[in-house]
Amino acid sequence: MAKFIAKPVKSSLPSPEDVLEVQLSNGITILARSNFNSPAISFGGYLPAGAIFESDEKLGLADFVATSLMRGTQTRTFDAIYNELESVGASLGFDSGVHNTNFGGRALVEDLPLLLELLAESLQTPTFPADEVERLRTQLLTGLALREQDTSDMADLIFEQMLYDGHPYGRPGDGYIETIRSITRKDMKEFHRRHFGPRGMVLAIVGAIHPKKAVEEVERYLGSWQASGQKEAPPLPPLKPIRKTKKRHHTIKGKAQSDLIVGVIGPTRKSPDFMAASLGNSVLGQFGMMGRIGDVVRERLGLAYYAYSSLHAGTGPGSWEVIAGVNPANVGRTLALIEKELSRFVKNGVTKEELADSQANYVGRLPLSLESNNGVIGAILNIHRYDLGMDYYQRYESLVRSVTRDDVAAVARKYIDPERLVIATAGP
Amino acid sequence: MKKPVTQVTLKNGMKIMLKEIHTAPIISSWIWYRVGSRDEPTGKTGISHWTEHMMFKGTKKFPSKVLDKAISRDGGRWNASTSRDSTRYYETMPADKIDLALHLESDRMQNSIFDKKEVESERTVIISEREGSENEPTFRLSEAVQHAAFRVHPYHHEIIGDKADLRSITRDDLYNHYRTYYVPGNAVLSIAGDFETKSMLKRIRDLYEPIPSGPKPTRLIRPEPEQHGELRLAVEGPGETAFTQIAYRFPNATHSDYFPLQVLESLLNGASGLSYKTARLYRALVDREFAVDVSGWSEATIDPYLYRITITHRPDRKPEKAVAVLDDEIKKLQDDLVPDEEIQRAVKQARAVFAYGSENITHQAFWMGYTEMFSDYSWYTNYLKKLAKVTPKDVQRVAQIYFQPRSRVIGSYVPKGKGA
Repeated sequence: MAKFIAKPVKSSLPSPEDVLEVQLSNGITILARSNFNSPAISFGGYLPAGAIFESDEKLGLADFVATSLMRGTQTRTFDAIYNELESVGASLGFDSGVHNTNFGGRALVEDLPLLLELLAESLQTPTFPADEVERLRTQLLTGLALREQDTSDMADLIFEQMLYDGHPYGRPGDGYIETIRSITRKDMKEFHRRHFGPRGMVLAIVGAIHPKKAVEEVERYLGSWQASGQKEAPPLPPLKPIRKTKKRHHTIKGKAQSDLIVGVIGPTRKSPDFMAASLGNSVLGQFGMMGRIGDVVRERLGLAYYAYSSLHAGTGPGSWEVIAGVNPANVGRTLALIEKELSRFVKNGVTKEELADSQANYVGRLPLSLESNNGVIGAILNIHRYDLGMDYYQRYESLVRSVTRDDVAAVARKYIDPERLVIATAGP
Repeated sequence: MKKPVTQVTLKNGMKIMLKEIHTAPIISSWIWYRVGSRDEPTGKTGISHWTEHMMFKGTKKFPSKVLDKAISRDGGRWNASTSRDSTRYYETMPADKIDLALHLESDRMQNSIFDKKEVESERTVIISEREGSENEPTFRLSEAVQHAAFRVHPYHHEIIGDKADLRSITRDDLYNHYRTYYVPGNAVLSIAGDFETKSMLKRIRDLYEPIPSGPKPTRLIRPEPEQHGELRLAVEGPGETAFTQIAYRFPNATHSDYFPLQVLESLLNGASGLSYKTARLYRALVDREFAVDVSGWSEATIDPYLYRITITHRPDRKPEKAVAVLDDEIKKLQDDLVPDEEIQRAVKQARAVFAYGSENITHQAFWMGYTEMFSDYSWYTNYLKKLAKVTPKDVQRVAQIYFQPRSRVIGSYVPKGKGA
């Protein structure tokens, strides 16, 4: 291609030189980086108060607590909190996963003190007002009623139940109708008392502010937080092996389309297999128009609008999934095609050209994925959480390029056994 | 972040908009065609969107997979979408790779193949896309409300089109549509990012100026007559949750009432892209336990379109009650002047949303071309100023004009349970 506008590439990648990492005396880790290109600021982070602490009878408790944090605190009502935020066009929110309660917020930089004050207040002094909790419960129950009617949500739910049978990863984070009904305010207060605290909390902040100043601001609002007796999370139990292909259908009447998921257990994010699996997944169902899966299911046969694969790798065992939405009459045919592609992937791996294409894509797309404040926050939180090293993006290209065809073939064989798949479908 | 925008019209009528932004080594390029679902007569609904899909099926120079791989290999992101008024394609690339995008778009403006086999496989892909939407109760409801609101104007149908037409449109129909509308005089190219305007413009001239201008396409114009009386409809379907959608008629984006209505919309439903828990309708309906959620949105369009409010009902309350509460809230806006602070609040919210948008180069290239489709770029650059000029009296006046029951459509989604 012509080089008429080629310029020396600017470094927009986070590095040890421009990300300030500080641990406060109460245990909170702060990661801060400047971006003066817009007058805005964002932060994101997490603390170890996730669904792993819930009992089966109270599934959805961590999520219920997370969504209740801004429903009233010792100093402000629900309406007052949101009035402050929305009046200045700022936003703040919480949700939860298996391991953590997560948070994120953004504002014009002039409103950062307000945003941090509301974050600190919501984390430290939520009151779980009875009327607000009931209102929220009705909203959560409506959400669950809608989930029961959603082919994609239900395929995902039964897929995880089968894949992670008896494991915390197999439980839906938003619970079930019965469990949401059974959760009391007392349960919520107790969960907050036991699991919320500064230890293990991480906050990344990026925007129109100097890193040092950002750290000072965060410290001003969260530096004095103390919580005694924050409990350690129990270790993840071992997974039950999948001995032969498991298949389940969930019927939802009156729907025009069915959703399907075919998958296996994948590597953790820290596993040395991760990069090879990720590049293999790109070839299988991401690169270009949804990789090989998209090519066969959508491009060649016109069976689906979406058909792709996806690798979810986190703290514990991940999942490696192929997903598609098809007319109910084409479910069987699509499943057969996907199984055939998986067998081919395991037997022959990827071609030299396919691997080179995905490697080039991984390296080339970095500036785009790290363009916005939120993009950088996601990246530096991952670096911290999975011990990737703050120089990760300086080493990234060589990490990507060092993966060989043999590495991809080896992880394909290690994780995917076409005789031991988990297959979930939902639809009429 | 004020940066001048260079606007040039090529000899063949194609408009070019360039904005240098040197914050990251990225360039985003968008090409816009003045054709959308509003240009489709009965029998051809969905043809603009389908044409958009066919544009990814390749030319002689860039066969489909070559095209796709080339962009992805360079770490680019590309996509396209069809709206009521326009069809747009974008590539956001590392700055030193943008030439591929410019080259590709100039080629597929003239040389897309529309292979018969590809047309057939895409037919079922699009039917599948439609079936995915049909799974959603709110899509079914929204489509019915739109049908009722526009008897004459082609805003009548959904962008995806009706299944009858998706089954019967032919390869030649698609190709004719493409040849008619995909001409330079009907196109706008908007580019933002890390480039130097002079050399960029030269490259664009080299690639696009030789394309013959061709006849200027005419657009379908069928104005919607005035509505005389409230329309009500019901859609039945599976599920346990009831929804109501109320549609009011809003003027086109260049109408002088547009900005007072933006303020009013922000008071009722909050600012776009932000939470809306202290917006008037949320407080009245959700806080007071008449509904589980209420949201609303309008669109900037060439012809008058709709402002739609969707209520998600509580299982223990009657939908009619929630609609009555909504009517009370609207009456307040018609009867009383809103405090000036509420207007200032809407302005500040918009200022924040603009700041978040400026983090993203793709977004900035989008706004240049997007506003050109129904107005011009000054619509965007003057947005905050115009919002700030709105007075409480303006808000009251537009509330009285546009929020009359006789010109609205109320659609109900009636859930028939899990066995439906």
